[in-house]
Amino acid sequence: MYRYDEFDRTLVDERVEQFRRQVEARLSGDLDEDRFKPLRLMNGLYLQLHAYMLRVNVPYGCMSSVQLRRLAHIARTYDKGFGHFTTRQNIQYNWIKLEETPDILAELAAVEMNAMQSSGNCVRNITADHYAGCAQDEIQDPRVWCEILRQYSILNPEFSYLPRKFKLAVTGAPRDRAAVAVHDIGLRMHLNDAGEPGFEVIVGGGQGRTPVVGKTIREWIEPEHIVSYVEAILRIYNMYGRRDNMYKARIKILVNALGIDKYRELVEAEWNEIREGVLKIDPAEAERIDAYFQPPAYEHMENLHAELEALRSADDAFDAWMRSNVVAHKVAGYSIVNISLKAPGKIPGDLSAAKMDAVADLADEHSFGELRVSHRQNLVFTDVRQGDLHTLWQQLCELELATPNIGLASDIIACPGLDYCALANARSIPIAQDIGQYFSGSLKLQQVGDLTINVSGCMNACGHHHVGNIGILGVDKRGKEFFQLTLGGSSDEHASLGDRVGPGLPQAEVPAAIERIVDTYLELREADERFLDTYRRVGMDPFRAVVYDDDTTDKEAA
Amino acid sequence: MALVIDGKLVAADPFVRIAAGAAVPANGAVLVTLATWTAQADSLAQRSDPVGVLLGSEESPAALADAVDKLQLIALDFPTFRDGRAYSYARLLRERYGYTGELRAVGDVQLEQLHYMERTGFNAFEIDSDDPVRDLEIANRDFSTWYQPSGDRRQAATRLRSGVRPAQDPSQDPSQDPSQDQEA
Amino acid sequence: MAQMLIANRLGDGLVVFRAADGGWVESINAGLVIEDADEAERLLEQSRVDERDNKVIDPNLIAVTDEAGGLRPVSIREAIRAAGPTIAVDIT
Repeated sequence: MYRYDEFDRTLVDERVEQFRRQVEARLSGDLDEDRFKPLRLMNGLYLQLHAYMLRVNVPYGCMSSVQLRRLAHIARTYDKGFGHFTTRQNIQYNWIKLEETPDILAELAAVEMNAMQSSGNCVRNITADHYAGCAQDEIQDPRVWCEILRQYSILNPEFSYLPRKFKLAVTGAPRDRAAVAVHDIGLRMHLNDAGEPGFEVIVGGGQGRTPVVGKTIREWIEPEHIVSYVEAILRIYNMYGRRDNMYKARIKILVNALGIDKYRELVEAEWNEIREGVLKIDPAEAERIDAYFQPPAYEHMENLHAELEALRSADDAFDAWMRSNVVAHKVAGYSIVNISLKAPGKIPGDLSAAKMDAVADLADEHSFGELRVSHRQNLVFTDVRQGDLHTLWQQLCELELATPNIGLASDIIACPGLDYCALANARSIPIAQDIGQYFSGSLKLQQVGDLTINVSGCMNACGHHHVGNIGILGVDKRGKEFFQLTLGGSSDEHASLGDRVGPGLPQAEVPAAIERIVDTYLELREADERFLDTYRRVGMDPFRAVVYDDDTTDKEAA
Repeated sequence: MALVIDGKLVAADPFVRIAAGAAVPANGAVLVTLATWTAQADSLAQRSDPVGVLLGSEESPAALADAVDKLQLIALDFPTFRDGRAYSYARLLRERYGYTGELRAVGDVQLEQLHYMERTGFNAFEIDSDDPVRDLEIANRDFSTWYQPSGDRRQAATRLRSGVRPAQDPSQDPSQDPSQDQEA
Repeated sequence: MAQMLIANRLGDGLVVFRAADGGWVESINAGLVIEDADEAERLLEQSRVDERDNKVIDPNLIAVTDEAGGLRPVSIREAIRAAGPTIAVDIT
């Protein structure tokens, strides 16, 4: 993991003190709300339905057990004893006081954490493949480039008042676990013809009101140029992005308006001016940072096939968990373990302070004191000895963190929704819980197989519903909560946006509609097709037919 | 409205702002719109008194790329502090087109944006404040280090880490005084 | 129509309701119910003074009903603001 040096520490400490000064100015009235709001957003502080919400960065999803314990302490001391992990690999607290925020930020700074630019019209937390460094299919660990880009983007004087927010995602593997195609900039590692690793640069992807899959602006670029290339993209966006209408201000709108070819022309012209300048990544600096991402002290071990098979045969529950939550590691004898924050009846992505402390202890015991946040609102231990898997599973069961559902129907991504968020039209969490209950048996989960269900409480799409195999969008219809369904979305390297099924359904009818959709899939699937495969083969008609019967169409017409 | 140039309060603006379409007086320092400059560049360039151009936030500084040697003032407008286009314009003027004259931020200019303005190359501010010099001091005190090089040519952390001194740094202007490598 | 004034308190962000004495209280049942539309507008203006005085943020009028259990905003959103999230939180 990256560790701050004196410059990183000074920067974060100074930002905390600057924010303290700004908060005092706000409380005394020297700064009014209109002028203060962008400043507090640039430190991750929203005003939500119930109180202030603080969003803390977990840079490219990586943190240490020390940091997790501090997050638990913040939850206990300044909040109501829990936090929420988000689709951008961050953590959110819902009951924060403005007056206490500078102290909270100081406590975070002491463990090398911050909330800088987790909101605001600037470059946000850069997210990455949560298996970075360990995945078998990885071309190169992207974390060194993530950290370099993070530093480049933080408190960048030119790009702190962009037309709108700006999000980057990075994957070092061909299998895209970071949804790069639906980010403002997505970086996907490839080997060129000479076998050298470099980035495909994808631009203008996004969700929200006008979802769009990003377009490739550059097929391949050497990693040493990635900062200057990002600067060129940002500069063109900063200068030409729309400023007249906040709903049309993202880079995806500009790329669509100009066309990717024209946009590329502008970016490449700008990039040619700066490519050999100060932003070309100094190999010594890359080496310095890369040293922090060297593999931990792995022991030399064999894969424990026979032992694990025996344990799995003896225990169906352990077998189910191994199948869905444990992933092959590139180093023999180790496994990647997903920690599900989606137990039946729980709030997706939420974790209590007590359980954060417990998970921190388990990270120390089983995963070199480190863990990840995935964009699916779950946690990951990336380096678990196979000999420890059964013990770890038992420990996670005690904590209700061993639900065998990663990537399956009850691993539902849900934004906080109208229970917490001032932007929402409808509540996401109760819907997610109801649907999750239907799929709570592991037999059912395994029968249905890979199925991503995403719930967003409004068009801002923080639940990433556009790229869910089944997407659920909350809308306000005459003061009541209705939900529109979409089918066929995907956030991986074959990204697609879901197709709208039809008019919104009232909340009470949604879980049953989902059941009928899934049952239809089970009837129609061939061989080992996933839901997404069947949908792509048979299309919308069979699904639409079961969602809408005479009762619901009458309600819509009224 | 107060004017601060190079950290000092200036009692009276030497430049007179000439509205779009208005006639340019024969004498005196004038700040004209880009449209006026474009229409009268030759005669304005021949003035013995200083000439400045005010760019609106939608006007790219590329229009002045070839004129930087002829101008003593370029003013960039911030119609609202949320409109960050002029930060890019400032950097281009300083770093791409080599402008060395007074670069002034006008419009919605206040304390909390001064630091970024200085970093991108502004050295003058038209600011609605009771004590603009104090505002600048507060803004400068906020940060002693930063990650990125930018229009003010001050050293960034990435350079300082590798111990690069300005004389060795190929990106630095070799004519710049190497003893001014760091600022407080 | 019965209305109340709702806002967020500046310092801690908590939801507050304007009370009869002009103060801001956390409990909806301690807040002032306004029946007259003109009076509501007048009090909204006064609330904006409180906003300029850095006590509250974004005061606005909401419709409420008086039910057996107490006062309740008519809209789902404001009802959630008044009563808190509708799902139980697990802090074990």
